[in-house]
Amino acid sequence: MSHLTPEKLSEEARRELAGLPNPLTPKRRLAIPAQEMPAQDPAVRRGNMQEVALGYSEEQAKLEAERCLQCPTKPCIKGCPVGIDIPAFIGKIAEGDYQAAIGVIRESSLLPAVCGRVCPQESQCQAPCTVGKALKSVDKAVSIGRLERYVADWERENGLIQSPSVKPATGKKVGIIGSGPASITVAADVRREGHDVTVFEAFHRPGGVLLYGIPEFRLPKAIVDQEISSLKAMGVEIKTDFVIGRTRRLTDLLEKDGYDALFIGTGAGLPKFMNIDGENLVGVFSANEYLTRANLMKGYDDRAATPIFPSKKVAVLGGGNVAMDAARSAIRLGAEEVHLIYRRTEAEMPARVEEVAHAKEEGVIFHTLRNPKRILADERGWVCGMEVLKYELGEPDSSGRRRPIEIKGSEFEMDVDTVIVAIGNESNPLIRQTTPGLETSKWGTLIVDDTGKTSLDRVFAGGDIVLGAATVILAMGEGRRAAGAINKLLAERTA
Amino acid sequence: MNRILFKKQLSGEVFQMRIEAPLIASERRAGQFVILQLNSHFGERIPLTIADADPVEGSITIIFQAVGRTTHLLAQKNVGDTIEHLVGPLGQPTHIEKFGRVVCVGGGIGVAPLHPIAQAMKAAGNEVIIIMGARNKELLILEDEMRKIADELIICTDDGSTGRKALVTAPLKELCEATPKPSLAVAIGPPIMMKFCAETTRPYNVHTMVSLNTIMVDGTGMCGGCRVTVGSETKFVCVDGPEFDGHLVDFDNMITRLKAYKPREDADHHRCHLEEEIEKIEGHKPKV
Ligand SMILES: Cc1cc2nc3c(=O)[nH]c(=O)nc-3n(C[C@H](O)[C@H](O)[C@H](O)COP(=O)(O)OP(=O)(O)OC[C@H]3O[C@@H](n4cnc5c(N)ncnc54)[C@H](O)[C@@H]3O)c2cc1C
Ligand SMILES: Cc1cc2nc3c(=O)[nH]c(=O)nc-3n(C[C@H](O)[C@H](O)[C@H](O)COP(=O)(O)OP(=O)(O)OC[C@H]3O[C@@H](n4cnc5c(N)ncnc54)[C@H](O)[C@@H]3O)c2cc1C
Ligand code: SF4
Ligand code: SF4
Ligand code: FES
Repeated sequence: MSHLTPEKLSEEARRELAGLPNPLTPKRRLAIPAQEMPAQDPAVRRGNMQEVALGYSEEQAKLEAERCLQCPTKPCIKGCPVGIDIPAFIGKIAEGDYQAAIGVIRESSLLPAVCGRVCPQESQCQAPCTVGKALKSVDKAVSIGRLERYVADWERENGLIQSPSVKPATGKKVGIIGSGPASITVAADVRREGHDVTVFEAFHRPGGVLLYGIPEFRLPKAIVDQEISSLKAMGVEIKTDFVIGRTRRLTDLLEKDGYDALFIGTGAGLPKFMNIDGENLVGVFSANEYLTRANLMKGYDDRAATPIFPSKKVAVLGGGNVAMDAARSAIRLGAEEVHLIYRRTEAEMPARVEEVAHAKEEGVIFHTLRNPKRILADERGWVCGMEVLKYELGEPDSSGRRRPIEIKGSEFEMDVDTVIVAIGNESNPLIRQTTPGLETSKWGTLIVDDTGKTSLDRVFAGGDIVLGAATVILAMGEGRRAAGAINKLLAERTA
Repeated sequence: MNRILFKKQLSGEVFQMRIEAPLIASERRAGQFVILQLNSHFGERIPLTIADADPVEGSITIIFQAVGRTTHLLAQKNVGDTIEHLVGPLGQPTHIEKFGRVVCVGGGIGVAPLHPIAQAMKAAGNEVIIIMGARNKELLILEDEMRKIADELIICTDDGSTGRKALVTAPLKELCEATPKPSLAVAIGPPIMMKFCAETTRPYNVHTMVSLNTIMVDGTGMCGGCRVTVGSETKFVCVDGPEFDGHLVDFDNMITRLKAYKPREDADHHRCHLEEEIEKIEGHKPKV
């Protein structure tokens, strides 16, 4: 695929828009070309940390909005975990009323600039889209996420973001543990009702995975910082460098510090390893470590004191977003070769389709139906290679998925000096270990009822700590639900 | 917050600081540590043991050796300055109970993390024998403080400039051979010293606790950068430790892992010495 410049894409859209008949028939709408996302040239972006996807121009946004059929049954809404009124906001974009469009989105979502960028749209809102169905490819569905991003960026770039108004003080105090998307949502929704809100974050900067995990080239940190400033402008207090379970126990917040309710949004931050030979050699990293050094600690900047491992040949193990982020970061940090090793086939990769495509364009080499057997060391104890086994797809299992099975004797060696393990995260045990009575599942996630309440009174939870490693929008949705329950509880306590 | 209340140079490269940190001071227990960072944007997060705490004053004491970039910058801070980020107390507290006869072995800067443990062991009613080692007399720290705690204090230096001219493992071996043999040994110092202490006590079956100082990033179990092999398992030092059974730790792997960033650290260290030299020449070297 040849790379088209933003100018070119925009110019084509302008021409197309000018040629559209009025009124537009559904058939004509289906004939409008799906708008490609302008992106930095792969050859250039391999060497920088700036955002890859550049965002639609106004012409492209309008044209893409014209592709929407305004289906009376609105199937897309059911695909969005927070139920944004998608046809309504897209209709407003087509009219050129961006203020109204963002208003529609904001009724249901607090983080449109983030979700528009990182939601796995092809499996959420865009999956049931009629346009995609009619054109027999989910890739041809209306680009709901890109349109959402367009209006969110329009709002921010025009300085129109307003912090929600805050009701008069109630004197009630709510503590929020963690500062990822679930917590950000709870903080805003609870603060709106006039309650005092304090967010406790273990790291030195708030934002959760949005900050330390998802790289700058996919989600600029300025966007996350903007969300945090909005919270501060509402009067939310943020205490960084504060580990609940260590600096202060959860029960102390309730019993000694006078918090009326708590929300736990501590995420899924415990990296899984493969438990194969050689995993503790120098040069083997969890994706969490690698990405934290690169993002939060700014490993890509010469001025950063936190070192990043100087890699030449990198193997990334896994096939999710985290694996793509690690692989693409390694390219940007100067690795000569980056290999991605995945046990199943590309069709099963959990990563967003766009990330897979971007990774390939940037030169990440994909090896599917492969799995490492052991990591090899040189005489100093540093990684010098990896023994890999080939797999093939076997019979479908009970879930209908064909299970990968190893091909005996198919071992071969790969020459690598760095291995990044990106096979998922479990939940961090710190809070459950230090909080008696907090019920957890056998996977260590917190058990909550359908309002988000845990087994402890006045203690709610949501996001990855409840769902296991999931998505930003699901975390936000859980936050919204718990905030509703907290607001209800506090209103009852006042009454 | 995090204001430096007191600073003292203990030896050539070792500094003691008392820092305002009321919450950490009231929660911390022996064996725990903090992570500090001098600059939000580009600073590194480094772990340091809480050597002492005063919950009444609301302060903690750290004792550190200026070995690289961050510890050098920290050494240049003065009373009244603040430390931008300080988080803790992290790690599992030391398991303290009445064991009987406890031998505490500290090497070099390891004497600093050993101090609160020796103190707590003594307070729990143990007979506490302390062995302290350093390259020479000049580098020996906390001698008076340790003398106050110890039922018996043995000092060793590599060059014999004070105490016995021996490695700490020599008196440790003698104690293991004596009757009654120690109920527990606690060894903290450079990894190689801890390794040999564990080898010394192994034949005598004296349970030996070591406190590991691996490289860390978050200190909350999120990154796995601090992992070590203990027995046949992988453990995270920041949440499962920092203390482990010395007879099970794979020290060779740990020592290798500590060198992961050596070339880069050496370059930074060299650069910060160079900057100091230039400042000296230009005549505005910051007060230390
Ligand atoms: C590399 C990577 C890429 C991803 N890409 C995508 C994507 O493209 N699209 C998508 O939808 N999702 C993606 N995800 C998943 C998504 O980021 C998470 O599902 C989401 O961030 C979960 O939000 P959360 O609020 O539950 O917690 P998190 O974002 O995990 O935040 C939890 C916060 O709590 C803090 N904390 C933990 N314990 C304590 C404690 N004891 N005291 C105080 N603070 C504490 C942590 O430091 C952290 O800041 C990705 C995840 C990763 C790691
Ligand atoms: C739980 C724990 C408690 C600690 N307590 C103390 C303490 O009380 N006093 C003290 O002086 N030091 C302590 N350390 C070691 C301290 O963290 C390191 O000296 C510090 O990180 C060095 O940072 P730097 O930027 O100055 O040097 P760097 O430039 O990062 O490193 C300089 C040299 O130190 C070695 N090094 C780097 N990181 C570490 C590390 N984490 N541990 C050991 N060596 C390292 C490097 O291999 C290099 O040779 C502790 C470490 C841990 C994990
Ligand atoms: S929030 Fe996510 S799922 Fe919902 S409409 Fe926006 S992009 Fe789609
Ligand atoms: S399903 Fe697609 S075409 Fe129909 S309203 Fe939703 S976005 Fe528009
Ligand atoms: S320092 Fe990150 S897991 Fe221990």
